[in-house]
Amino acid sequence: MNMLASYLTLAAVLFCIGLYGVITKRNAIIVLLSIELMLNAVNLNLVAFSKYGVHPSLTGQIFSLFTMTVAAAEAAVGVAILVAIYRNRASVNVDEFDELRR
Amino acid sequence: MLSFNIQFTGEFIAFFALAVCAIVGAVLALNFTKVVHMTLSLAFTFVSLAGLFVLLGAEFVAFVQVLLYVGAITILMIFGIMMTKHQGEGQEPSRPLRETLAAIGCVCLLLILIYAIRDAKFPGDAAPLPQDTTREIGKLLFTQMAIPFELVSVLLTVAFIGAVALAKREEDPQ
Repeated sequence: MNMLASYLTLAAVLFCIGLYGVITKRNAIIVLLSIELMLNAVNLNLVAFSKYGVHPSLTGQIFSLFTMTVAAAEAAVGVAILVAIYRNRASVNVDEFDELRR
Repeated sequence: MLSFNIQFTGEFIAFFALAVCAIVGAVLALNFTKVVHMTLSLAFTFVSLAGLFVLLGAEFVAFVQVLLYVGAITILMIFGIMMTKHQGEGQEPSRPLRETLAAIGCVCLLLILIYAIRDAKFPGDAAPLPQDTTREIGKLLFTQMAIPFELVSVLLTVAFIGAVALAKREEDPQ
């Protein structure tokens, strides 16, 4: 029980650090990496519950594998969009990508 | 508020060391000025999280974590850094209001989460997981989870074809 609370607290700390990075950083690559950090914190929760949860089973681990797959797809598409935007705008600063707001 | 009544067992000491590594990597990543240093620092965090997965008895997930996050995503980000220019980094004007508001929001969220975790009633020790988790995961993936597994493979294919199509240089329409 105590170990589960410790794991959940660590995951919450990592999630909040990732959230802070997403909000404050301007470099689009760092924003993508912060999103990966948030997803990884959620993975830690899933694996912790698969060991210490109400019904310990492997479903949590399998779910975290699926999350990692989706994270990989997201990173690939994100970097591709970043390269495409950089080719047109010559910048990776997320504050400058505001054409929809004008 | 932060006390959890913890016994200092070997597992807890290992957990504490790995947790400190993970948090230090993440915090350093936010404080570095060069993008490559940030990426490598986050790779350190991902390795520490793989160690935590081993500690939780999820060896296969830990291995996939090292392969995917440290091996694939970090390298992909480094390629992204190489393909874009970052000469003006570190000299951007700071936005103290926005950063303060973001910090306050994140700390509030963290406090709410810690409060909820402390208040929650978790069950006691339950039945342990099977020893050979990799074999069991393989069996589950190809029996009970076969349809989600195939859907994820379709998603990966579509995403990677889309990534290639997006990143390809556009030809002049003639």
